[in-house]
Amino acid sequence: MALLDVKDLGVSFTTNDGTVNAVNGVNLTLDRGETLGIVGESGSGKSQLAFAIMGLLAQNGTARGSVKFDGREILNAPAAVLNPIRANHIAMVFQDPMTSLNPYMRVSEQMAEVLVHHKGMSKSDALAESLRMLDAVKIPDAKGRIRLYPHEFSGGMRQRVMIAMSLLCRPDILIADEPTTALDVTVQAQIMQLLVELQREFGMATILITHDLGVIAGFCERVMVLYGGRVMEAAPVHPLFADPTHPYTRGLLRAIPRVDHEGGELDSIPGSPPNMTRAQQGCPFAPRCDYAGDDCVQALAPLTEFAPGRWRACNRSLEELA
Amino acid sequence: MTGAPLLSVRDLHVAFSLRREGDWPWTAPRKLHAVNGVSFDLAEGEVLGIVGESGCGKSTLARALIQMVPATGQAIWQGKTDLLSLSRREMLKYRADIQMVFQDPLASLNPRMTVGEIIAEPLRTHHPELGGDEVKLRVKELMDRVGLLPNQINRYPHEFSGGQCQRIGIARALVVGPKLVICDEPVSALDVSIQAQVINLLMELQRDLGLTLIFIAHDLSVVKHISNRVMVLYLGRMMEMAPGRDLYAAPQHPYTQALLSAVPIPDPVRERAKVVIPLSGDLPSPLAPPSGCVFRTRCARAKAICAETAPQPAAGDHLVACHFPGPAVA
Repeated sequence: MALLDVKDLGVSFTTNDGTVNAVNGVNLTLDRGETLGIVGESGSGKSQLAFAIMGLLAQNGTARGSVKFDGREILNAPAAVLNPIRANHIAMVFQDPMTSLNPYMRVSEQMAEVLVHHKGMSKSDALAESLRMLDAVKIPDAKGRIRLYPHEFSGGMRQRVMIAMSLLCRPDILIADEPTTALDVTVQAQIMQLLVELQREFGMATILITHDLGVIAGFCERVMVLYGGRVMEAAPVHPLFADPTHPYTRGLLRAIPRVDHEGGELDSIPGSPPNMTRAQQGCPFAPRCDYAGDDCVQALAPLTEFAPGRWRACNRSLEELA
Repeated sequence: MTGAPLLSVRDLHVAFSLRREGDWPWTAPRKLHAVNGVSFDLAEGEVLGIVGESGCGKSTLARALIQMVPATGQAIWQGKTDLLSLSRREMLKYRADIQMVFQDPLASLNPRMTVGEIIAEPLRTHHPELGGDEVKLRVKELMDRVGLLPNQINRYPHEFSGGQCQRIGIARALVVGPKLVICDEPVSALDVSIQAQVINLLMELQRDLGLTLIFIAHDLSVVKHISNRVMVLYLGRMMEMAPGRDLYAAPQHPYTQALLSAVPIPDPVRERAKVVIPLSGDLPSPLAPPSGCVFRTRCARAKAICAETAPQPAAGDHLVACHFPGPAVA
């Protein structure tokens, strides 16, 4: 049985502009120790997918479908059920470490609180464990700095604190939502290196949510490509990059400027991302797709497994795309 | 490239005075040197990329050139006028020649003005003699040029997507026929698929109109695609400047090498095989930069001399501000 089993997950928001269907019919499974990358542009629903799993949707959001953790249904579960699972079993690292840490509390207090609350540890044990974890995320002079406030750390160090905090209860799953987007490229490299090492050491399954295919390429075993709230393609990392099978994935990979390529004109994808307040029937990518026909506007092809572990949702066959 | 360069910047300094909380009223304010002695020439029709991490002074450098922040040094325009010595009034004449495109496409457009009014505003300021019909014609021409539909002229910025807003910003910068356009992170707020559209548009406009561009970005791959020459900044100082091809193929400065090695490559085979050159420690505070070479605290090659004197780049095409330049040693 998969550790995390998400079936037909949908997320919608009631707004003044109408209902926004942020996520539609997403399925995913995650086994112990596995690393899954979820990639998509802004508005593709990648963060809301994670928030729905964690039960952190905004007030006007509703989630449908099923999320099973270790066989137990946790979607829309009451806080009494969710709270022991959060932190203990599923932990999350957010994009902006400054706004996710409490600016009024010393790092020591914020970290110890997690262990006192979730594990019932004594304060002094909790502090000792927090210190060990800060060492594990390679914060130099952790002993001297644990008593500091978040603003006294640099951006990269703050993200290390966030990661240390999320690992305190040794979760089975770590969800990292754009963990390096707010950081400079040299710091990003350090944090991703740290995540690779920690993942190896602690063996937690990890979901990495990002818009950066370069980060995905370095970290994940499997990748899921989202567009307009739907899964376009899902595959192990090597075939996804070497042999993308969905027109959107192909377009995306060609549109990225790369340091290891010659400069010059980029192959851009024409048009702009879908307006999520309009109800969609067909494939959300159809208006921008070179291969789209009338059938694509009418209905979205179901996500089908065309080779072991490789899934695509496209009306055009592979031969038609060649 | 004939005659004087379009813009010749010499020893540009920008310093901000800061009062820190807890300072006594009589303590002298601290100086934060955001840009520290940067010099470069800009040839007509050239694209100069400026890269660096946050806080390295790349935006301040660009803003200093058009007196958006006070600066000292020289910025000689077309071999004649020092832009930095001009009064506000005199500067206005040159603003039509030097235009800017900003990072946040929506925030840099006035939400209460229609697209037509936004794009026409620089024309009305710099060419008040033009009649209404002529202005409208020019605006429509430019909208068409940057890929906006001329019938969208009466819409407001919020009705457009991020990529389209950036097109409006580009049209506004180009409407007065500038020679130099300073683009400050013009694509970093955009998604990949839209980013490629805007980069292509900028490259096409640069080529067709013979524009000179200063292209500021933190993303080294974006800069590589658009620039002829690239300058790398660190803590307000130039570390390395070279033609794009040389800089990316054979970087000589250890900071450039570390920066380049950290860029993620969207290819699992290469990304996992590459060696990231680690930078030790954190960025030093710009209020108390290290003595000598500002990069020495994080540099694997640093020796005693690096703490004593700041390295001066030798003349040539490929400028390196390092006492021990050379290819990366793995």
